[in-house]
Amino acid sequence: MSTAKSLIGTKNKMGQTIVDIEDFFNDKLPKEQHFMTGSEIVKEAIKRASVDMSISYPITPQSEAAALVGELWVEGYVKGYFRGEHEFAVMSQCAGAAFGGARVFTTTSGPGTLRAYENFPMWSGSRLPIMLCLMVRGINTPLSIQPDTIEMGMLLDTGMLMWHAENAQELFDYLLMGYIVAEQPDIHLPIAVACDGFFVSHTKEMVEMVSKDYCIPPYDPYRAPVPVMDMETAPMRIMRDPFVMKSNYISYMTHASWQLEIRGAIERSRKYTKRLMGGSLIEVENGDADIIICSSGTAISQGREAIRLMKAKGMDVGLVKIKTIRPFPDDEVRKALENAKLIVVPELNISGWMAKEIKSCIDRNDRVLVGPHVAGGMTMPPEVLMEEIEKEIALRKVA
Amino acid sequence: MSTNIIKMSEALADIMPQEYKDLVERSTYGKVDRGWRDIGESKDLIETHSLCAGCPESLAFRYIMSSLPNPEDTVMVGSTGCTSLVFPHIAVHNIHSLFGNQNAVASGLKRTLALRFPDKTKDVVVLAGDGATVDIGLDMTLQSWFRQEKITTICFDNEFYGNTGGQESGLMQKQFVAKMAPAGKQFDKVNLPQLAIDSGCHYVAMLTTSKPMRVEKVIRNAIEVAREIGPTYVQIYTPCILELGKQSHEGIDEMKGAEKKGERFEFFEYRTDQAGELIDKNDAERKVRKDAKKEARKKAKETAKA
Repeated sequence: MSTAKSLIGTKNKMGQTIVDIEDFFNDKLPKEQHFMTGSEIVKEAIKRASVDMSISYPITPQSEAAALVGELWVEGYVKGYFRGEHEFAVMSQCAGAAFGGARVFTTTSGPGTLRAYENFPMWSGSRLPIMLCLMVRGINTPLSIQPDTIEMGMLLDTGMLMWHAENAQELFDYLLMGYIVAEQPDIHLPIAVACDGFFVSHTKEMVEMVSKDYCIPPYDPYRAPVPVMDMETAPMRIMRDPFVMKSNYISYMTHASWQLEIRGAIERSRKYTKRLMGGSLIEVENGDADIIICSSGTAISQGREAIRLMKAKGMDVGLVKIKTIRPFPDDEVRKALENAKLIVVPELNISGWMAKEIKSCIDRNDRVLVGPHVAGGMTMPPEVLMEEIEKEIALRKVA
Repeated sequence: MSTNIIKMSEALADIMPQEYKDLVERSTYGKVDRGWRDIGESKDLIETHSLCAGCPESLAFRYIMSSLPNPEDTVMVGSTGCTSLVFPHIAVHNIHSLFGNQNAVASGLKRTLALRFPDKTKDVVVLAGDGATVDIGLDMTLQSWFRQEKITTICFDNEFYGNTGGQESGLMQKQFVAKMAPAGKQFDKVNLPQLAIDSGCHYVAMLTTSKPMRVEKVIRNAIEVAREIGPTYVQIYTPCILELGKQSHEGIDEMKGAEKKGERFEFFEYRTDQAGELIDKNDAERKVRKDAKKEARKKAKETAKA
């Protein structure tokens, strides 16, 4: 993978050896096992991510992760860190840091995501490869601090890359992979790595990782496809006439073509992401089954449990897990669901955005069962999932 | 930036626009003690703007650009409004992102530049209108001051939302009738200079743009204090002649009227003791350089005579 190669094998100020991102995920380097919460895993990933600047703001459930990154700043692993005044400001401060050439990390959740919302299309429009770790939660009203993926549905068209980690291991992996993909010169876009609040952020899991003596290569701002705002390159008058307020075809066309290019960059990210994620943006288990559970995040973990219960009853159900939401793995999903008779899409939100995404890329989309849905922090018991599937089988006379 | 970066590629010289050639050959990057008097004798760092003819904002912009003490290492952060029509024409890196977030962007930027270039002076200067500074962005303006960010905040105060067509703003005068204030504004002009002092700014000034020398001194002080000590704030009256129904040549008179004794833009300057010491020290050094220059000129004249 294309990175600042010349630094590979050298040591940074913390004594960490800079290694190629791919060496984090093959067997070249010694690995450790840690039993940790998702928040602690964020700290471990960022410790190895050569981050220049992190800006934080408290909101449950991401507060702990954001505070732990502050400890990394005290320890010296992160160069700059402070608490902003609210999420809109934090995301703007992140933008300022990225404009100035920093590798930036921040986190937020639910209402914070929406408070900050205007910044996200600005990030992608400005081609700032900021890493946003989303620990998703419900959005008011009524107040909920519990896991709910609705904010991800609201971020679909911001021009950001968005990946969904099912568990702490994927969270660790995606945070590191995410920087490398997002910073490629032909991508250079912000990335949201989402995980389900509490279910991942506050649950302890065993996670395998390369020792803290290694880190990924630092960000090189001069490989960016847009100038870094540091006055180290010759300034130029950006244009003879500013586009804003000019009601003419050129100004419309500039905006439209720039936005198209952002979408093009999201598409181009597939090749890098596939390579790092083991060749595919989806994961298929028992793909020949007539009934397939297809979703992302912890909804898919519960799907896996439901499949186990159903197997005990003699039912044959397969699973398709979606790892990247933007870009959406259209072709892979279409192919994986080609022969399914019933496609069940469990989601932790009220809107069913994942079902809409799946429906929009497959043919015969009446095969999709939109749901079951839980929201506002309700769990998705495998028994409920199984009941819903059994009901639907009877109704549709599948199998 | 090394001023050597501003060079012309010989292979491309014949196709480069005249403005760029001028910028390479006659600009004032790296010149010590640059100032408004360079206007006309050197290439401005601001190209022909697209503001209304006679707009005081264009004057203020020109004076500010000529007064930056360190343009080759200055990054400016703007916001939405008429200033965002000018920023694309200036020859220093500049950022426009969202309406009102300028001091937040500048905070992240300044800290990053300080991390990346510990041995260099990188000035970050915010320049935004009164809507951006005092209404939609007030929290981020004040919070950047509370945090003692080493940035300069300049507010172009035209006392309403000029770019969107003259709506009421927090810096509008009480009882002024405007769009969205059809019965006249119901509350007083926000006293941002006082808020700046209370929020920890080390240098605060309020002025109009009628006197270029004054603008030059204030901008230089504000940037040099921000660089060494902490946040600074400058509020400049730049009346919107279009919305006030004035002729192109009437902007100066409007400003002169507004800066008379007892009027709302009477010149005001505040400096903390620490800032005062720094300004005095810098002024003394500038005087030494000026005297030396004078002396050299005198000697050159005498030599020429002899």
